[in-house]
Amino acid sequence: MTDLSLSNKAIAGNTAPPAEARSLRLPTQWLGVTPFFVFAVMFLILPTLYLMLGAFQNEAGEFTFANIVALFSANIVAAYWISIKVSLASSLIGAFAGLAIAIAIVRGGLPNWIRSATLTFSGVASNFAGVPLAFAFIATLGRLGLVTVLLNTLVGLNLYAHGFNLLSFWGLTITYVYFQIPLMVVIIVPAIDGLKREWGEAAATLGATQAQYWRMVVIPVLWPSFLGTVILLFANAFGAIATAYALTGSSLNIVPILLYAQIRGDVLHNAHLGYAIAFGMIFITGLANIFYIWFRTRSERWLK
Amino acid sequence: MKSGRFWAWFVFLLGAAYFFIPLIATIEFSLRMRRGVYSFDAYKVVLGDSQFQATFMFSVIVAVFTILLGVLIVVPTAYWIRLRLPQLRPIVEFITLLPLVIPAIVIVFGYIRMYGSNSPLPFLGSNLGANALLVIGYAALALPYMYRAVDTGLRTIDVRTLTEAAQILGAGWGTIIARVILPNVLIAVLSGAFLTFAIVIGEFTMASLLNRPAFGPYLQNLVANRAYEPAALSIIAFVITWGCMSLIQILSRFAPKSASRPN
Repeated sequence: MTDLSLSNKAIAGNTAPPAEARSLRLPTQWLGVTPFFVFAVMFLILPTLYLMLGAFQNEAGEFTFANIVALFSANIVAAYWISIKVSLASSLIGAFAGLAIAIAIVRGGLPNWIRSATLTFSGVASNFAGVPLAFAFIATLGRLGLVTVLLNTLVGLNLYAHGFNLLSFWGLTITYVYFQIPLMVVIIVPAIDGLKREWGEAAATLGATQAQYWRMVVIPVLWPSFLGTVILLFANAFGAIATAYALTGSSLNIVPILLYAQIRGDVLHNAHLGYAIAFGMIFITGLANIFYIWFRTRSERWLK
Repeated sequence: MKSGRFWAWFVFLLGAAYFFIPLIATIEFSLRMRRGVYSFDAYKVVLGDSQFQATFMFSVIVAVFTILLGVLIVVPTAYWIRLRLPQLRPIVEFITLLPLVIPAIVIVFGYIRMYGSNSPLPFLGSNLGANALLVIGYAALALPYMYRAVDTGLRTIDVRTLTEAAQILGAGWGTIIARVILPNVLIAVLSGAFLTFAIVIGEFTMASLLNRPAFGPYLQNLVANRAYEPAALSIIAFVITWGCMSLIQILSRFAPKSASRPN
C-alpha cells in the first residue's frame, strides 16, 4: 500500500520514465538516514566492537582466550558476583514493590490524584540516581543519618551495632531500589491498565472467585511484561556506577567500579583484561536484554 | 473490597515513606550547617561557590548541545523512516535501544581507546574535541529516550499528507523538516529534550572519564570532602529533575491527540 502510493507520486512528480526515476531516487532514499547510521556506527557500534575484539587479543594483537580466562581470577569473579547479587536483589525487590504500588494505585480504589502524583513522582525518582541519591541515603541511613539517629534515640536500636552498614551489599541494594521501584511503576502501570475490565466481568460471569481471576487471568497476562521489566531493571542496576561510587568510594568492589579504576589507572596492569571486563558486562546485559525482548514480544500480544 | 482498599493505602503509604524519608533527611541535613539552628547557609555557600557556577554552566551548555545534536540526528531519521523506509524501522529501533544494553562506562571506554590523541580521529587531543566527544556520548545515551519521544510524536500527525502538501507548495526537504514536521512534533521533541537535560546535568561516568569540568564530577568531589554542601546540592539536583519531569507532564497536555489522524 505504502509503496504503491509512493511510486505513483514519484511517477506523477517526474516526467521521466519510471526506471529512471527509480535510479535517481535510490541514493536520496538512503541519504536521509545516513547521519543516523554514521553516528551509530562511529559512536556506538565501533567503540563497542573495538573493546569486544580487544578482549580476544593479546598485546601483540594475536587472537587469544587468555583475557577471558583471566576474568575468572578470584578478584574479578568476586566483583562480578557482588554486582550480579546487588543487581538481582535490587531488581527483584524493586519489581515486587513496584508491582504492589502499581496495583494499589490502579486497582486499589485510591483517589485519582494519587495515581497521577505517583506516576509523576516515579518519572522523577527513576531519573534520580548518582551522587544526589547516594547522599540522600548517607543522610538517612549513614552513621549519622536521620533514621539511624532516630532509631537509636527513640527505640534504642543501634543499626550499626547490629551489623548494618550502608557501604555494603544491603546498603547498596536498598539505595538502588530507590530508582528501581519507580522504573517498575512507570513500565508496569500501562500493562495493568491493559487488563480489560471485560476479562474480570467474563471471569465473574463464569463463576470465578477473585482469587481465581487473579491466578488464572491477571498473573498469566502480566507475567511476561513483569519478567521482562525485572530483566530491564537488572541491566539498569548492573551498569550503574555513579551511585555506588559516591556511596562507597572504591571500598565495595563491583564490576563498574573495577572497570572505572582500570580505565583510570590500569590497576590490573593489563589493558586487554580491561577490554575483557567490558566484554563481560556487555555479555551479561546483552543476555538480559535478549530475554527482555523475548518476553516483551510475548506480552504485547495480549496488551494491544 | 474494604480490605482491598486498606491494603492499597497500606502499600501506598509504605512506599511513600520509603521515598520521602531520604528526601526529608537530606533537607534536614542540608539546613544544619549553622550549629544549633536551621539555616540556608549550605545553599548560600554552594550557590556562591564559583566552581559550582562554572561546572553547572558547563553542564547546562553541554546539555543544550546534546539536545541540539539529538534533535538533528533523531528528527530527520524518525521522519524518513516513517515516510520512506519503514522496512528499516526494526534496525533503527534496535540501534536506538543499544545504549540501554551497553553501559555508559563501556561506551566511554571505547571512545577513550578509539579517539585518543594518537588515533586518526584525535577527539581527545584537544579541549574542544573532548567537549564535542562528551556531547556525542550524551547524545548516544539519550538516544533511546529521544527517539521514542519523537517517534511517538510523529505517530500523532499525518506525515505523508503534510509532506505532500508542502511539496506541492514547492518546499524542499530542509524546509519540510524544519518548518513543517518539527513544529508539529515540537512538544514531543521538547519532552525528549527535558529528559535529556535531566540525564545530562548530573551525569558522572562519561564526564569524569573524559576529564571534563562538569557538574557530576564536581558533586562527586564535594561528597568526598564536605558535609553539608552535598546535601544542599542533592536537593537542588532533585528539584531540577522534578522541574524537568513536571515540564514534560505539562507539555504532554498540549500534545495533539492521535484523533487528528485521518486513517
